[in-house]
Amino acid sequence: MNQAVAGTLESGDIMVTIGPGEGLQVELQSSVAAQFGRQIKAVITDTLQGLGIKDAHVEAIDKGALDCTIRARVTAAAVRATGKDVWKD
Amino acid sequence: MRNSKVVSLEEAIVRSGLKDGMTISFHHHFRGGDKVVNMVVDKLAQMGFKDLKLAASSLSDVHAPLIDHIKNGVITGISTSGLRGALADAISHGLLAEPVVFRSHGGRGSAIANGELKIDVAFLGASSADELGNACGFSRSQNAKSICGSLGYALPDARYAKHVVVLTDDLVAYPNMPQSISAADVESVVVVDSVGDSSKIAAGAIRDSKNPRDILLAKQAAKVIINSGYFQDGFSIQTGTGGASLAAVKYIREEMINRGIKASFALGGITAHMVKLHQEGLIGKLIDVQSFDKVAAQSIMEDPSHREVSAVEYASGQHLGSATHALDIVILSALEVDTDFNVNVLVGSDGIIRGAIGGHQDTAADSALSIIVCPLLRGRIPCVVPKVTTLITPGKSVDVVVTEYGIAVNPLRPEIRERLLAAGLKVVDIKDLAAKATSIIGTPDPLPFGDKVVGVVMNRDGSVLDKIYNIQ
Amino acid sequence: MMFVPGNNPGMMADAHIYGPDSIMLDLEDSVTMAEKDAARLLVHNALKSIDFGGTEMVVRINPLNTPYGKKDVEAVVKAGVQVIRMPKTETADEVRELEAEIIKVEKEIGREGETRIMAAIESALGIVNAYAIATASPRMMGIALGAEDYSANLKTNRTPGGAELLLAREQIVVAARAAGIACFDTVYSNLDDMETFRKEVELIKTLGFDGKSIINPRQIEVVNEVFTPTEKEINKARAVVAAIKEAQAKGSGVIAVNGKMVDRPVVLRAERTIALAVAAGVISEEEAL
Repeated sequence: MNQAVAGTLESGDIMVTIGPGEGLQVELQSSVAAQFGRQIKAVITDTLQGLGIKDAHVEAIDKGALDCTIRARVTAAAVRATGKDVWKD
Repeated sequence: MRNSKVVSLEEAIVRSGLKDGMTISFHHHFRGGDKVVNMVVDKLAQMGFKDLKLAASSLSDVHAPLIDHIKNGVITGISTSGLRGALADAISHGLLAEPVVFRSHGGRGSAIANGELKIDVAFLGASSADELGNACGFSRSQNAKSICGSLGYALPDARYAKHVVVLTDDLVAYPNMPQSISAADVESVVVVDSVGDSSKIAAGAIRDSKNPRDILLAKQAAKVIINSGYFQDGFSIQTGTGGASLAAVKYIREEMINRGIKASFALGGITAHMVKLHQEGLIGKLIDVQSFDKVAAQSIMEDPSHREVSAVEYASGQHLGSATHALDIVILSALEVDTDFNVNVLVGSDGIIRGAIGGHQDTAADSALSIIVCPLLRGRIPCVVPKVTTLITPGKSVDVVVTEYGIAVNPLRPEIRERLLAAGLKVVDIKDLAAKATSIIGTPDPLPFGDKVVGVVMNRDGSVLDKIYNIQ
Repeated sequence: MMFVPGNNPGMMADAHIYGPDSIMLDLEDSVTMAEKDAARLLVHNALKSIDFGGTEMVVRINPLNTPYGKKDVEAVVKAGVQVIRMPKTETADEVRELEAEIIKVEKEIGREGETRIMAAIESALGIVNAYAIATASPRMMGIALGAEDYSANLKTNRTPGGAELLLAREQIVVAARAAGIACFDTVYSNLDDMETFRKEVELIKTLGFDGKSIINPRQIEVVNEVFTPTEKEINKARAVVAAIKEAQAKGSGVIAVNGKMVDRPVVLRAERTIALAVAAGVISEEEAL
């Protein structure tokens, strides 16, 4: 796995940086950390596990992204980092 | 001139007899451009005062320097309508030992008038003052340096405080009349370089919004008003400063012209929009407790039908003659509304203080029709919730809630609901709105509140409405 | 039909609250090459999770002859998109190629026959082949004009009056009607000039277009106003339809309403007016009967 980024710092988005790590470690900065921090981290780890990724270090800067956006950005970063796409060629 | 009251700030403080533990007061008519609070408290700190209680009509981002004064024990108590920025954040995290006392504008006026809030020394900034202390929120001279318009929130302080110090950046010849603050109430006059930055009184809220969501909300709010049954010749109206509230005025105007309806008065924080309608003959009088921009401030100086009122005359719940009792329609915003129509305009959904009560409690309670305009969500923050984080305005005062997902009407007002339905508006159950919000963003985790009470929200009648706890 | 860039999650989440008839999430020209992969995932996840409230959902994919097109088809069909808009369509074969790709993915997920196609025509060759394109597949639901690329292809530029688009517009309407599908006009991008925008909407309505592409919620009101029949038009239409029903009941052939003969084109126009009124929410379906 290489390091890769997906997403922006625009309102409603989340910037996800993924790189090699041991286990799934997630560092989250969010404007709604108190209310949704736990759930955002859960969506990130669930998405990675769904892609078969068990070891990665993730830094995420959240600007109020909905769960579907988080899933999309995490998947995009993972695809960019591993070179393995989720769609057929 | 003989009998001149002009002295230095230090001398004024000495003459006031101020001692540790006493209460000092300020107004917030310069909003984000205020310089008086910081200037005076800095001087008081320098002079070695401690344990002072600060009674401001409101505080904003620009008052962050108070954090150090609190840490140093100069200020140990605050009462205000609102808190913002770093100061609010620090207080939410437990900076002050005593809870902050939050009152509405009308509530503060009542409390000062009935002696509940006793002010020892009031420090009131003014854009002009003569040597005996007649002061105004504007200056008629060529040397005018600042303008703020109405001094409505300063008037109760001027009348009831034991000792009044007027600070001005334009000392004019006697008599500075007609005056807002009367020389008979003033003990000292201090001339300073600047009392406030007038370019900041508008605080960015008064632009014409091009945001499609604000425009959508504004149009819906206008439709509610037009079909409410209160849109008749001679109606009266008040709006807040949010983009959607202001834009709603624009869409009501078109219908007023179409139907030949005129408003008898506009109340409250007066804006350039209101002044424009008044000058077009669509609004009879402007009753101004706070001028929100330079156009309004200029208008109050020049136009006899644009009148200043004190906070008591504006919104006191204990004085039945206050203007809110004559008000038909008020458009307000909210941080949160819950399924009982309770409103929170003071504490963010993260538990941090970030707003002000303003005239919310007063206008919602006394007006004939109160309309809250707010988006269902602000990013991932829900604005329609099962229960508000902090109760500011009780649900029985709130009649209609307008969101971009539909309009909810308080069950206490079935006739309004009928009228809006008959007009083809999308009337929904407020519980459905709360559920819609949750379905989009998920259910938030409970906030990490601690055990320390950092703020107390007062009702208009002086009883406690809610408590704000610290965030860990 | 409101265009929303496919790489902007904030905009996608609440595009539907402004009440457009349909929303087109774009993976093509508004997304840079470096972000095509990320935008595709955003659109896929948005279509699966966001409640667009009954608004018709369209996605503009990249052409199949790019590295992105096929993956776009897989991603959006698997997310249940209602219509795929194919850009820069020039031949009927291109439509059939897309159709084959769609069928492949639909089969994989067991949702045969659900995805429809809208072809955007943006070149001279496309205009020449408009009817062939419109009839290339039973999944074709509409054709649209893309004026920027089209006028560049003609080696001219766009003007406020739109003289350079005359043939293209008429050709698209004619082809769509002959094929029995819908037709849509191109975007107008100057948001500060609502006057010219309104004139353009009035023009294309007269030409016979079913709708217009827009790029900002502020344009929705103007399009709805122009396309919504007035109360007078609705009442006239209802009178015609009522007269026809009465005539049919009595068994008579030719009828007149207000002294004017009512023959089939008049009846069809009246029925269309009522359908537009119901669609605009001005009258209810019960009132229309």
